[in-house]
Amino acid sequence: MSALEIVQVVLYLLLLIAITPLLGGYMKRVFDGERTFLTPVLRPVENLIYRLSGIKPEVEQHWKEYTLALLAFNILGFLLLFVMQLLQGVLPLNPEGLPGVEPWLAFNTATSFMTNTNWQSYAGETTMSQLTQMVGLGVQNFLSAATGIAVVIALTRGLARKSAKTLGNFWADLVRSTLYILLPLALVFALILVSQGVVQNFDANVTATTLTGETQVLPQGPAASQIAIKQIGSNGGGFYNANSAHPYENPTPLTNFLEMFALLAIAAALTNTYGRMVGSTRQGWVIFAAMFALFAVLLGVMLLSEYSANPVLGVAGAMEGKETRFGVANSVLWAGATTSASNGSVNAMHSSLSPLAGGVALLNMLLGEVIFGGVGAGLYGMLVFVILTVFIAGLMVGRTPEYLGKKIEAREVQMATLAVLFPAASILLLTALATAVDAGLSSRLSAGPHGFSEILYTYTSATANNGSAFAGLNANTAFYNITLGLALWVGRFGVIIPVMAIAGSMVGKTVAPPSLGTFPTDRPLFVGMLIAVVVIVGALTFFPALSLGPVAEHFLLAAGQGF
Amino acid sequence: MEPKSKARPLFDAPIVRRAVGDSFRKLDPRQQARNPVIFVVAIGATLTTIILIADLVRGNTVELAFNAQIALWLWFTVLFANFAEAMAEGRGKAQADSLRRARRELVARRLVGSNGRQKEEQVPASQLRRGDLVVCETGDPIPGDGEVVEGIASVDESAITGESAPVIRESGGDRSAVTGGTRVLSDRIVVRITAEPGSSFLDRMIALVEGAKRQKTPNEIALTILLSGLTIIFLLAVVSLRPFAAYAEAESGLTRATTSVPVLIALLVCLIPTTIGGLLSAIGISGMDRLIQRNVLATSGRAVEAAGDVDVLLLDKTGTITLGNRMATAFHTAQGVAQTDLADAAQLSSLADETPEGRSIVVLAKERYGLRGREVAEPHAQFVPFTAQTRMSGVDFAARNGTPAMTIRKGAADAVKRYVQELGGAFPAGVEDIVNGIAKGGGTPLVVARDRDVLGVIELKDIVKGGISERFAQLRQMGIRTVMITGDNPLTATAIAAEAGVDDFMAQATPEDKLQRIRAEQAAGHLVAMTGDGTNDAPALAQANVGVAMNTGTQAAREAGNMVDLDSDPTKLIEVVEIGKQLLMTRGALTTFSIANDVAKYFAILPALFATLYAVGGGDGPLSALNVMRLASPQSAILSAIIFNALIIVALIPLALRGIPYRPVGAAAALRRNLLVYGLGGLIVPFVGIKIIDLLVAALGLA
Repeated sequence: MSALEIVQVVLYLLLLIAITPLLGGYMKRVFDGERTFLTPVLRPVENLIYRLSGIKPEVEQHWKEYTLALLAFNILGFLLLFVMQLLQGVLPLNPEGLPGVEPWLAFNTATSFMTNTNWQSYAGETTMSQLTQMVGLGVQNFLSAATGIAVVIALTRGLARKSAKTLGNFWADLVRSTLYILLPLALVFALILVSQGVVQNFDANVTATTLTGETQVLPQGPAASQIAIKQIGSNGGGFYNANSAHPYENPTPLTNFLEMFALLAIAAALTNTYGRMVGSTRQGWVIFAAMFALFAVLLGVMLLSEYSANPVLGVAGAMEGKETRFGVANSVLWAGATTSASNGSVNAMHSSLSPLAGGVALLNMLLGEVIFGGVGAGLYGMLVFVILTVFIAGLMVGRTPEYLGKKIEAREVQMATLAVLFPAASILLLTALATAVDAGLSSRLSAGPHGFSEILYTYTSATANNGSAFAGLNANTAFYNITLGLALWVGRFGVIIPVMAIAGSMVGKTVAPPSLGTFPTDRPLFVGMLIAVVVIVGALTFFPALSLGPVAEHFLLAAGQGF
Repeated sequence: MEPKSKARPLFDAPIVRRAVGDSFRKLDPRQQARNPVIFVVAIGATLTTIILIADLVRGNTVELAFNAQIALWLWFTVLFANFAEAMAEGRGKAQADSLRRARRELVARRLVGSNGRQKEEQVPASQLRRGDLVVCETGDPIPGDGEVVEGIASVDESAITGESAPVIRESGGDRSAVTGGTRVLSDRIVVRITAEPGSSFLDRMIALVEGAKRQKTPNEIALTILLSGLTIIFLLAVVSLRPFAAYAEAESGLTRATTSVPVLIALLVCLIPTTIGGLLSAIGISGMDRLIQRNVLATSGRAVEAAGDVDVLLLDKTGTITLGNRMATAFHTAQGVAQTDLADAAQLSSLADETPEGRSIVVLAKERYGLRGREVAEPHAQFVPFTAQTRMSGVDFAARNGTPAMTIRKGAADAVKRYVQELGGAFPAGVEDIVNGIAKGGGTPLVVARDRDVLGVIELKDIVKGGISERFAQLRQMGIRTVMITGDNPLTATAIAAEAGVDDFMAQATPEDKLQRIRAEQAAGHLVAMTGDGTNDAPALAQANVGVAMNTGTQAAREAGNMVDLDSDPTKLIEVVEIGKQLLMTRGALTTFSIANDVAKYFAILPALFATLYAVGGGDGPLSALNVMRLASPQSAILSAIIFNALIIVALIPLALRGIPYRPVGAAAALRRNLLVYGLGGLIVPFVGIKIIDLLVAALGLA
C-alpha cells in the first residue's frame, strides 16, 4: 500500500467519526419534530404533503398499526414498480425503445428495490427505461431507505419511552426522513457528482467510433440523481450494469471517495441519533464503537489479504477485476464499506478479491448487515444483537437482564431470536437448495469452492438486503429470480416485523433507575461483548458454509491452486 | 448472622443412588419434551441407535464400532442431563420425605356445638375443614394449619423448622399461627383451622421441595426460548451442511460421502447448547433448595428470581437492624441527686415491668451499682402499670414501719413533668437539657420522679447489631438501597439510621405508610423486598415484589408473603436477595460458557469431516489446516468432541447445584469477573479438554 492510500483509508475512517454527531444530531431534531435550519423551507412542503394525503402526524400509532402501515406502503410500492416494469415499453421516457421487463425479473427487481437491496439480475442500461429507472427504481431508492429509518426510529422510541403505548406515526416518519434527510443530501450530492462529470440527461445513447475504429455505445440518462440516492440510502443499485466501476457513475477519485463515504454516513450517524433519543449519547457511541471496530478490523484483514502475495499469480495487490483507475486499496475499501453497509454498489468485482478478502465481504453480510448496515436496517439489526447480548451476559450480574432500564423478557428474546433465525434459515436453506439442483448449479461461472462462494454470496447478499454481486453467477434465470426474491422478502420483513414487535413490547415497560447493580451497557466492556456476540452467533451459524467456500479456497490458494 | 443451614453433602450417597435411577425414568418422552435442547439430543440418540441396528441387521460393519460409540455417548449426554435434574430434585425429595413423616395421619379433637355447650369428638385430621375448632393439649400434635383463638402454649416446631427450641403460640397478637404437624409441649390451646386438607402449609412445602408443581420462571422461559432458537439455527447449519458437503464431494471427485448421519448428529449435539440445556432446571431447583437449607420457603421459583432483581430493601428496625428492643444504657441524675438514689428508684419502679426495657433497667442498676432486685410483692407495694393515658408506670409504697409513703414514677418527659407539677414540684431545667440531649442522640429518655422530686433520666438506647453497617455497605455496592422502617420519632430514627448506615428511613411508620412507600418505589421502577409478621403487614407483604413472612407471624402474613422464613430472622432477607442473585448469575455464567464452548467443537469436528475435500495429490485437503488441535484422526476428533460435550455436563453439576461463587460486588465488577471465568474459560477449556480426551481415545484405540 502506498502512503497516499493509507492516508485515504485513515481519512475515510476519521471522517466517518466526525460526521456521526453532526448528522446524528440533525436527524434527532428532525424526528423529534424540532426546528432545524431547513425547517423554514421544508415545513410548508411537509404540511402540504400532510394536507394532500390526509396524514395527521400528531396521531400516534401502536406497533401493530405502525407495522401494518409500513407493510401496506411497501407492498403497494412493490406492485407499482412491478407493473411499471411490465409496461415500460408503452410508457414515456424510453428513448432506447426498451421492451417490458420479463415477469420473474420484474418480480425480483421490484422486490429488490422495495427492500432497499437493489440486487440487480439485469444490466441497467439495456433493460430499464429512463422512466423505470427514475420514477420506479429511483423513487423506491428513497422510500425503502426512509422505511428502514422509520423502523429504527420506532424501535428507538420503543426503548426510550417510559410506560407508553405508541411508537410515533409511520407516515410522518416516512415524510420527514425523505424530506429533511434523504432529499437534501441527495440533491447536494447529485450536484457534486454532476460537477465531476456524472451524466444527468434524458438523451438517447450516443454512439461513438473509437480510435481503433470500433463503435462504442455511450449510455446516457438521469444517472447522477439516482447514484446520489443509491449511495446515501444504502441502496446500491447502479444506473449502469458496471455500477460505480463505470466512469459515468464514478468519474474521478473525488467522486469515488465521496460515494464510498456517502454509503456509510447515515448508518453511522443514526447511532448518534439513537443515543440522543434514548437520552444518553454514550449508548449511541457504544454501538458506533462496536460497528466501527468490526469494520476497521475486517477492513484490515481484507487489505492484508489483498496485499500479500498471491501464490498463484505471484503478485501482491492483484489488479484483475479491481477498479484500475483508483487502485486496489480503493477497491477493497469500497468492498468493505459496501458489504458492511448493506449498500451493494461496487467499484470492483468481488469475485476478483482474494479468497480471504472475498470471505470477509461475505462475512460482513453474514453477520446480519449490522456493521453500520443499511440505513436504519443496520442499527435495528445491531439492536437485536444488543438485546441478545444483554440477555446472555446480563444474567451474569445477578439480575433479570435490563437494557436502558427495561427488562428483557421472554417476548423480546423470542423476537430477537426470530430476527436472527429467519435470515439464517433463508441463507442456509436456499444455498443448500441451489447447490443440490441443476438449476442452481448451472449458473455458476467457477468450479470448486469458488463456485460455492458464488452461490452462497448471492443468497447472502439477497437475504441481507445488500444487493452486491460476487459477479460470475448468472442470476437472471427463473430459479434465481424466484428464490432470490423470496430471500429478499424474508431478509427484509423477517427482521422488520420481529423488530417492530420488540419495539411494541418494550415501549410499555417501566424503567428501573440505574444503580451499581445495573448491568452497564455504556462502557468499553459492553462494546467487546457486543462484538463477541455478533461474531460468535454469525460465525457459529455460518462457519461450516464459510469453511467450504472462502476458507477452503484460501488454503487451496496457499497450496498453489486458484479458481 | 451466621446462616444456619442443614447442609447436606453435595453428593449424598442415597440421593445419588436415587438420582441414578431417576435419570433412566426421565427418559420418558413426555418428560423429555419439557426440555427442548435435551429432547433434540434424545431424538438424535434414538436415530443413531436405529441406524446402528439397521447396520447390524444388514451386516454392514463399516464404522460400526465408531457409530456405536457415538450412540453410546449421545445416550450418556441425555442421561447426564437427567442426572443433573434428578440430583437437584433428590435433595428436595429427601427433605420432603422427612416432612411427610410429620404429616402421617393425625387424630384431631374437634369441638362441636355452639358456645357454652361445646363437646369434643375425635376425627381424622384429613376430615378437618376450614373454620373447624380443635383442642390441643400437652403432647398433642396440632392437626392442621390454623390460628390460636384461645390459650397459650409452647409448641415444638422442629418438624418444620429443624429448630429444637420450643416457641410460644398464643391467641391474639402476632404469634397466633400454628402449623399442622407440630406438637404442643405444654398447656392447652384451641385452634381454628384455616386450611383445607391437601392445601396446608406442610402440603405446599412438600410440593415445593419435591418440585412437583415446579413451573418455569419467567427468566427460565426466556432462556429456554433463546436456547431453542439456537438449537434451530444449529439444526439449519447442520442440515444444510449435507448438500454443501455433497457439492464439495462432487467437485473434488470423491465417491464416498464425508458426512454420515451419525456424524452429523454428533456435530449437531456438540453445537446445540446442551451444557446449559442440561443444567438449566437443576440450577433453578437447587436455587430453591439453597433457600430451603437456610430455612426459607419460597412459594414459587418466580419469587426467588424476583429476589435477585430487588434493589430496595424495607427493613424493620427492631430485630433486623437493632437487637430486639431498646436497652437502658445510662442513668443521668438531676442536679444534687446521688447516682445510687436514681438507680434505686429506677429499679424499684421497673421490678414489675416485664417488658424488655423494664428488665434492662433492673439489670443496668444491678450491674452498675450492685443493686439487687428486692422482694416487692409485699402488700404495701402497689405497681402502677403503663397506660396510654398516663404514659407512665411506677410503684406506690404505703407508709410502714416509720417509712413514709412514697410514689415512684417513670415515663415520658412531658408526662412526668405534668405529674410533678400537679404535685407542686418543679421540673428542673437541667433535666430538660438531659432529655433533649438523649433524644438528639437517638436514645429514648425516661424521666424518674420520686414523689414530687425529679431524680433524673434513664437513657434507653437501641443497640445496633454488630456488623450490620458493613452489610449495608456491601448491599450498596451491589446497587441495593436499604430503607429502615421504624415507629420511632424522626429524631431517634435519624440517629439510628446514621449509626446503622442505612440509605433512608421512615420514621413513625404505620403499616399504611409502608404500603404507600412500596407502591411509590415500584412506580419509580424499583423492586422491593420486605419482611413482616403482623396481620397489618399483610397488604404490604402482598404488594412487595418479595415479601418474606416470619414463621412466628400470623396466618394472614404468612399467606400474603411469597416466602416464609421458618427461623423468623428478618436479617435473612439479605441472604434471600443474595441467593436470588446467585441463581441468575449461575444461569448466565453457564449459558455463556455453553455458547463459548462451540468454537472449539467446530475446530474439532469440521476439519475431521472435510479433511479429504479438495485434496491435491493424495494427501490431506486444505481444510485439514483447521485441525489446530492436531487431533489424532477424524474419528477420534468427533468422538472426543462428543465425549467432552457429555462429560462437561457432569463436571458442572456441582457448580449448578451449589451456584457459582458469589461476591457482594457491583454489577460491573461481577460482570468482568464472570466474563473472564466463564466466557474466556468457555473458549479455552474445551480446546484443552478435547485434546486430552483425544489423546486418551487414541491411546486406548477407541477410534
